[in-house]
Amino acid sequence: MALSTALESFAEEVGGIDAGAVCVRGGATRWAVGGAPRADTREVRAPRGIVSYEPAEMTVQVGAGTSIAELHDELAAHRQVTVLEGPAGATVGGALAVGRNGLRRLRHGPMRDVLLEARYVSAEGRLIKAGGPTVKNVTGFDLCRLHVGALGTLGLLGQATLRTRPLPETMAWFGGAADHRVVLGSLYRPAAVLWDGLTTWVLLEGYGVDVEAEGLLCGRLGLGPSDGPPELPAHRWTTSPADAARFPTDHGDAGPFIAELGVGIVHASQPQPAQPPATGRHELQQRLRHEFDPTSRLNPGRDPLGRE
Amino acid sequence: MRRSLSSVRSPLVAELVEALAVDRVDHNDLARRLFARDASVITGGRTGVVCFPTSTEEVQACVRVARRHGRAVVARGSGTGLAGGAVPCDEPVVVVTTKMNNILSVDTDNRIAWVEPGVINLDLTRALTPHGFHFAPDPSSQQSCSIGGNLANNSGGPHCLAYGVTSAHIVAAEVVLADGSRAMLGDLTAEPAGYDLRGVFVGSEGTMGIATKIAVRLTPNPPALCTMLLDFATVRDAAMAVSGIIAAGVVPAAIEMMDAAITRAVEQYVGAGYPIDAAAVLLVEVDGLAGSVEVERAIIERVGRANNARTIRVAANDAERALLWKGRKTAFGAIARIKPNYYLHDTVIPRTKLVEVLEAVYEIADRHQLLVMNVFHAGDGNLHPLLVYDAREPGILERVHQAGAEIVAVSLAAGGVLSGEHGIGLEKRKFMAQQFSADDLDHQNRARRAFDPDNVMNPGKVLPTGASCGDVQHLDTMPEGVWL
Repeated sequence: MALSTALESFAEEVGGIDAGAVCVRGGATRWAVGGAPRADTREVRAPRGIVSYEPAEMTVQVGAGTSIAELHDELAAHRQVTVLEGPAGATVGGALAVGRNGLRRLRHGPMRDVLLEARYVSAEGRLIKAGGPTVKNVTGFDLCRLHVGALGTLGLLGQATLRTRPLPETMAWFGGAADHRVVLGSLYRPAAVLWDGLTTWVLLEGYGVDVEAEGLLCGRLGLGPSDGPPELPAHRWTTSPADAARFPTDHGDAGPFIAELGVGIVHASQPQPAQPPATGRHELQQRLRHEFDPTSRLNPGRDPLGRE
Repeated sequence: MRRSLSSVRSPLVAELVEALAVDRVDHNDLARRLFARDASVITGGRTGVVCFPTSTEEVQACVRVARRHGRAVVARGSGTGLAGGAVPCDEPVVVVTTKMNNILSVDTDNRIAWVEPGVINLDLTRALTPHGFHFAPDPSSQQSCSIGGNLANNSGGPHCLAYGVTSAHIVAAEVVLADGSRAMLGDLTAEPAGYDLRGVFVGSEGTMGIATKIAVRLTPNPPALCTMLLDFATVRDAAMAVSGIIAAGVVPAAIEMMDAAITRAVEQYVGAGYPIDAAAVLLVEVDGLAGSVEVERAIIERVGRANNARTIRVAANDAERALLWKGRKTAFGAIARIKPNYYLHDTVIPRTKLVEVLEAVYEIADRHQLLVMNVFHAGDGNLHPLLVYDAREPGILERVHQAGAEIVAVSLAAGGVLSGEHGIGLEKRKFMAQQFSADDLDHQNRARRAFDPDNVMNPGKVLPTGASCGDVQHLDTMPEGVWL
């Protein structure tokens, strides 16, 4: 089915205000983030498949229901990838809606910047286009940013145009008991620097010649070749980069942890305590949600303010 | 001698003076005329009162006083905008941020700096140099444009190819909303809860509020870089080389293209050593660790030669690099030697379509008997077709208008967008419906309305609705200073 037809069918399935509560199901790999959908909610699925891919453009247009793995398989044939990550089975739309970054953010930036153009179904059942297909664009308001991490509460994503990047020529993990702050300050654009209070791990990516040179530097700092960190603890704390680098090594409330240095995500064994709301932000959130979905029919039960 | 304001003070002015200070509220004719323009060709703006707050509290007071008197509010930084975003309609209170120009803190642990909106882009980068960092967005107006203006327009610049436009470099912002309250959008944590309010505010051209404190991301200075100038006998070869570089998996820090007319003008102006017989030149810069810079330099040379580059010059030192960039960044000063006026567009096209769209642009200019020059960010497909003319020539403005509209149409037909970095402002509102449906525009308006339910923050901008701005005219006078 041509994707424009698939998008129209998707919009029809979602229906208008009278069609009741509806939630969009991707791989359901992070189904409870921000709360599970309300029990009486009708499930819909977004279109699947790659619509167009122009490797020389470094953009790909893909149905939101496509799995990240399927997308990346296709891109890998042209030695490209996107910044999207997720558990096995996770979809493009799901990853964008949840808005969680992968481990390589330090080098490649946040995933919120990957979405160039979105086609989504509004609460009224209309197909809406946000953003544009080119890698640079400041035409109109940047609605794409709003949809990343919105858990589908502002519109149901049907199709996305994403920025791709070249796959690195090589990558390598290093690890050891070096001063984590010195490591972070010494390397130029590592893909990740992780720390558990004792051990520091570094992921290097890029041309072989760079990884070799930075690998030698890692050696001088006391890090050796490594398989990378052990499995990440289950809970996700969001902190500032400075706070992540001084996370209490006695584990405090977090239990054993692995911190993403330079980024601020801390993978901890216990959930993060609730944070105080920021000035003026809550009311703006409510007004936005009301503007886009006056009857709260899109993904009811899921709250972007409560993402843990 | 300056006339005392007290004798002619309206209640609006009196309250603003009360809230700020007598020397930071201006409503004399000179100030109102001065602040009725930005760097665009748009004239006919009408200023109410001009205010120069020095704190968030004073910005809040300006907004509250304006609202009490039924006036809209227009924020303004350095006034270097190219789309009329800061041109006031219907006598609003104009809030100028130039006196809020302090770098409040540099926090290398979090790799951010807190700055006030009036800080000049290049001043920020200079202040970060001793720390080993810079602010990546580098519009050609960076010597005079402000960070607040960069945020409002989501500004670009040559080095946004690898580093991304301003949005990628704004971590958080304290903003004053339409009711005079303040809100903190984004914060220093990795994944702030809730919607990305920061993301939608950046690039909203002053229609959602006024940023009063901004956390900007610090970008580490690259340990090595290499700047190259490649010249070609045809525009087609140069454009093919751009596509070839990207297709080879290289994302340089910058790829700038200049065509024959502009290359000759620049060379006569600054003597950067550009080849004056070239049909097009590419200024390419790669940065990073020394190893990858060398690898990418070799790839670019290979792609350049495969696309018939005549010469490839590699800057041997910082002085030569600076000279090559000087040629690019002063391109607009050079144009004054050819014709007194120019008008430019800012469309973006898929970078694989550079050849066909550039050919169409030349054809359009020929057909309207206009001289077009192209100097632009080729790596991300961001065109800046520049129509040069003499406004005294009868009938020429209509031809410039018509050619511009055709260039926009060609860009959109190729799968492009209206603006890559200058924004929509007043200038391109009329084209918005060519890129977006009524439903799409309705959703953009909903986002604006959530921030500003009464449409009082910079009304009439971006969306083709709102204030009438009936007095505004385009293209009738020469721009006083334009960058891109």
